[in-house]
Amino acid sequence: MTVNAAAAHHLQLTRDGQLRHFLTLDGLGRALLTDILDTADSFIEVGERSIKKVPLLRGRTVANLFFEPSTRTRSTFELAAKRLSADVLNLDINTSATSKGESLSDTLLNLEAMASDMFVVRHAQSGAAHFIAESVTPGVAIINAGDGRHAHPTQAMLDMLTIRQNKGTFEGLKVAIVGDILHSRVARSQIRALNELGAEQVRVIAPGTLLPRDVESLGCTVEYDMAKGMKDLDVVIMLRLQKERMEGALLPSEREFYRLYGLSQEKLALAHPECIVMHPGPINRGVEIESAVADGPQSVILSQVTNGIAIRMAVMSMAMGGQVAERQQKRSTLKGDQS
Amino acid sequence: MSGHQVFSGSSLKITGGRLLDGRGKDESNRALLIRNSRIAATGEAAEKADADQVFDARGCIIAPGFVDLYCNLREPGNGQKGNMRTEARAAARGGFTTVCESPETSPVNDSRAVTHLIREGAEAGSPVRVLPIGALTRGLEGEMLSDMGGLTAAGCIAVGNGSRSVRSARVLRRCMAYAQTFGLTVMLRPENQSLAADGYAHDGLVASRLGLLGIPEVAETASVMEMLLLAEETGVRLHLSQLSCGRSVEMVADARRRGVAVTADVAMHQLIFTEDALAGFDSRFHLRPPLRSEADRKALVAGVREGVIDAIVSQHLPHESAAKQAPLPDTAPGLSSIESVLSLGLELVHRDELSLSELIRSLTTGPASVIGRNASAGQDDKADLCVFDPATRWTPDSQSLISAGKHAPVLGQPLRGVVRLTLVDGQEAWASH
Repeated sequence: MTVNAAAAHHLQLTRDGQLRHFLTLDGLGRALLTDILDTADSFIEVGERSIKKVPLLRGRTVANLFFEPSTRTRSTFELAAKRLSADVLNLDINTSATSKGESLSDTLLNLEAMASDMFVVRHAQSGAAHFIAESVTPGVAIINAGDGRHAHPTQAMLDMLTIRQNKGTFEGLKVAIVGDILHSRVARSQIRALNELGAEQVRVIAPGTLLPRDVESLGCTVEYDMAKGMKDLDVVIMLRLQKERMEGALLPSEREFYRLYGLSQEKLALAHPECIVMHPGPINRGVEIESAVADGPQSVILSQVTNGIAIRMAVMSMAMGGQVAERQQKRSTLKGDQS
Repeated sequence: MSGHQVFSGSSLKITGGRLLDGRGKDESNRALLIRNSRIAATGEAAEKADADQVFDARGCIIAPGFVDLYCNLREPGNGQKGNMRTEARAAARGGFTTVCESPETSPVNDSRAVTHLIREGAEAGSPVRVLPIGALTRGLEGEMLSDMGGLTAAGCIAVGNGSRSVRSARVLRRCMAYAQTFGLTVMLRPENQSLAADGYAHDGLVASRLGLLGIPEVAETASVMEMLLLAEETGVRLHLSQLSCGRSVEMVADARRRGVAVTADVAMHQLIFTEDALAGFDSRFHLRPPLRSEADRKALVAGVREGVIDAIVSQHLPHESAAKQAPLPDTAPGLSSIESVLSLGLELVHRDELSLSELIRSLTTGPASVIGRNASAGQDDKADLCVFDPATRWTPDSQSLISAGKHAPVLGQPLRGVVRLTLVDGQEAWASH
């Protein structure tokens, strides 16, 4: 186990190895990841009913703390919480507290005073979800909805669910992640998940300026030439490219990026004929991906969104379950002490 | 149990200790007689002499007082982070008798008035000697020369730019040439600003995995190379402060072989911790320069052992607790370290990475010679001494630390080594027993 994994393991699991926070995939084993996928599978059925609710979080309050705007991720978390029958509080902290100079610690104290049971956190800084998990009162579950460049574990897990639905297994799969790996929390979590779940090969395809230092240490191989990287692929995951990258001398132009690393029909033809195409969204048509590919038969981009709700339901119910179990355990130890 | 006056008479005899003088002398059961702020007698003569008080130093090591080439006492201007009373006392507890204060006070130490303010503050509130480092550039902004003539006259022992870099090589070259006029040592922390950019962690394995913004090694090494070449050309005495890369040590050794007047230091925490300390996003280890790889750590330790690195510094930088309570990238860099420098050093000795005499040298004679001072414990020397018990354990916690900064590297962990007595000018600056 790496030092990172050990640190994360300690923070997000109960003593019995149940989830109590969901901050990163570091330190989570294959059995637990599979459990998340299986639980999500069972929730997919809920979304197909006319009454799309289960009572697992009834009477619980879930606060969505978005320090960075994101319509899609927030909506799917909100829907997931509501389908679990929770009360949901949406807070765009970007525009309220922090602009008045309130510190994150103070914001948290205020929210805890409102008796929330779970915080779903999106923040621009790596490690924000860890910080919050370490600062909140015991009993409140923290779900990381993306922190800086560090992790976006629910996105990675919904991607894994989508892959499993289409491929049945991870064994023997060749997967590539293409584009801005350096700035991507999604890529870091995906590489980790694919390694843990047993994918045969994880390739990252990007120019040198968009790769973190010693990226191979994360568990992948590097390919600068996309045509070579596409060979025999079963899954290709495209990443979103931010416009700012042109200004920081990381890329010369969108046009050159698309020519070299955009997913066109020609490049897709180099992969395995049943290769699926994924993208965490929102997509930049003509920058990362050709429209015909995004809307084509190999694209599973929209089922990623649907799966997002099921994965978030799974993670939220599991983390709340871990918190409840831990509380009961503490209570019974206390009783034991008294008798 | 600690801090109250133990020694108040006019003469003191220290008996039974092992004396290490930082120059290779190592004598067991050595007595010292201190009278009128000096070491009046040693050995048998001291043993036989009468004294008002006797300090039993059996099991302890007696060394010259430690000299810190870089720390922040936070006075004037940063009262919420610390002050002379708390931080200089913390230094005395750490065994330091002389500390050089960074010019990064508020206002910055770029005028005689501020230098005087620091010296007066030290006179009134510090049990240890405080030597101000003057600003190299006005306001530390890296654009205009500071009044180095005035700063020298007011008592600054060197000039430096604190934690800020001088972006322009042209300005840096002129600063060096001007400092050379006054025979001033220029103390610089090498960091190329445009390469370090917004980074806050070593650009290595841990940063890649955690998605932290990296400061590449070359941000330091490119700056070291530039500084060495400029120093060689201007002939100024250059002191490279707070090195973090193994490669920098090689470059310093190389320059010395060519006859460049360069010295160097490293912060104690760089010799103990690595990038791994950030694995749990622990904001205490948000440092500048960042903690680097294990290979760098080993090379820095070797640099100390071989004397390429002259001194170990505390790089003490206390903060109020709110400054460290935020997601890692939003926290202020720095550690509250001056009380645990010796203990971390003894850990290195315990691990056989440094010898005890190499440790003492790097805390006493090494740093003293960088600023043209003397650190010694012989007959007739001024009695700036540190007596410590290397075996006793203590566990720092936020209550027991004297520093206003509670973000120490080793809170809650048992450390070896307790300073029993710190004497400055023969006067007690710290005592615990």
